[in-house]
Amino acid sequence: MSEFDQLYREVILDHYKNPRGHGVMEHADAEAEGQNPLCGDEVSIYVAFGEDGDTIDDVMFSGRGCAISQAATSMLTEMVKGRKASEVAAMPKEELLEEIGIPLTPVRLKCAILGLTTLRLALHKGKGTPLPDGLAELEDLELK
Amino acid sequence: MAVTATPKIDARRLRADFPVFDRPIRGKPLAYLDSANSAQKPRQVLDAMHEFYAYSYANVHRAVYDLSERSTAAFEGAREKVRALINASSTREVIFTRNVTEALNLVAYSWGLANLGPGDVVVITELEHHANFVPWQQIARRTGAEFRAIPFDDQGELMLESLDELARQGQIKVVAANWISNTLGTINPIEKLTSWAHEQGAIMVVDAAQAVPHRSVDVQALGCDFLGFTSHKLCGPTGAGALWGRAELLESMEPFEMGGEMIRSVSVEETTWNELPYKFEAGTPAIAEAYGMGVAIDYLEAIGLEAIDAHERELVGYAMDRLAELPFVTVYGPPAERRAGILSFNVDGVHPHDVAQMLDFEGVAVRAGHHCTQPLVRRLGVSATTRASFYLYSLPEEVDRLVEGLRKAKDMLG
Repeated sequence: MSEFDQLYREVILDHYKNPRGHGVMEHADAEAEGQNPLCGDEVSIYVAFGEDGDTIDDVMFSGRGCAISQAATSMLTEMVKGRKASEVAAMPKEELLEEIGIPLTPVRLKCAILGLTTLRLALHKGKGTPLPDGLAELEDLELK
Repeated sequence: MAVTATPKIDARRLRADFPVFDRPIRGKPLAYLDSANSAQKPRQVLDAMHEFYAYSYANVHRAVYDLSERSTAAFEGAREKVRALINASSTREVIFTRNVTEALNLVAYSWGLANLGPGDVVVITELEHHANFVPWQQIARRTGAEFRAIPFDDQGELMLESLDELARQGQIKVVAANWISNTLGTINPIEKLTSWAHEQGAIMVVDAAQAVPHRSVDVQALGCDFLGFTSHKLCGPTGAGALWGRAELLESMEPFEMGGEMIRSVSVEETTWNELPYKFEAGTPAIAEAYGMGVAIDYLEAIGLEAIDAHERELVGYAMDRLAELPFVTVYGPPAERRAGILSFNVDGVHPHDVAQMLDFEGVAVRAGHHCTQPLVRRLGVSATTRASFYLYSLPEEVDRLVEGLRKAKDMLG
């Protein structure tokens, strides 16, 4: 397999070119913005909860980013729909990385988990679930 | 017989000095188009540093034994090379720093904290690297001074017509600008800015990180007050840089860091400072690195900075012509004749990270991101760009490989 095919595998390109859940959600129950300081990419995540107030009914995202970050966030929206907020807040990033299934350098890893980190920030704001690692000390800043 | 005005360099021959090009990257010859980020190192520098560490190393300025004297001579010899490179009037005005960031922070903290206050204005440019932006922004905030940016136009060139308006905002005390934009390659009118700063009664601080490695610099002719640059962009090691400042200003300033070396006498009651430049060099310096920087300066001067500049301008002109063949590529910044060897661009529909990744598959190394110039990149209306930059060892066929790589990136991901 070529280096290109290893990184930009078909499923990644598919999610990149046809992102699921892409767009701005009006009247979201929870939302958050995330930035990747390495490249200045920004992503906004919007969550709508179901009638039980805990199950993630719908997730959408907007913003700009590289193929890896866009595809990973698109895949994430499919992975978390129908799951409980507390469960997603505790989801190890490996679960997403396994789904992405490509070798990632430390720089590209940041691209891949930007959506997940931002989603967990949104859940924290909406449901008070624990903040993702590395964001806990920023709580005041992020929540203002 | 006509005399050739511009000396030429033989980049292909010079390339042999750089071991990094001996080994393929991803099975392909390396096309290193990221010298504005950091330059590669020639054997001459690497060997000299090895020799120095192996046989001439000891701490400097402290001991009377032979080895320490040799080490001190090498270290101070490098200071003289820096002085000569920028035509400073004395080595007392040459302070070794870790890098240009530390040089600029030194001025912002030491001069800025003591001289700025409410009603004063610090002027920087929208083209600044964060290193010449954030320290001034924060020191202005701490002292209550205003912080203003000279904007740039659609060609990435400073809008000097905004200067009159800036002058009405208060007492301008500092003008801080880069000579060459690390993102756009814009060559700023640094002489004009210096004259304007002095008309306002302000000091002129020049970030010359992208200038000193590529062109002749004469601080006395320029007339600025402070100028910083770094070793690793001029084929020297990391960990060394220099701040040049006018002696009378440096003498009036308090030390930036304190500890050993920078004192004259210490007691519980009082401490007095060492003379220039040592007042600003607390602790054991990067001795071998400063020495290596001096060797790199020798290397560049033997080639000739004017010739290096001419080579890079030729390449950037060629690169702009070639990129113009690609309708899906947007190039930012001024036309080739007013630009240094730096080229920022975007590929329609492909994120710069992916562009850089695709180029890496081809053995072409470029930088992607905001290049530590977020205000600039935001002004361009994008979140990031891809940047190619050239140096004395860059070749036209590397530009060709860049162009081919961009076509592939567009085909596969656009």
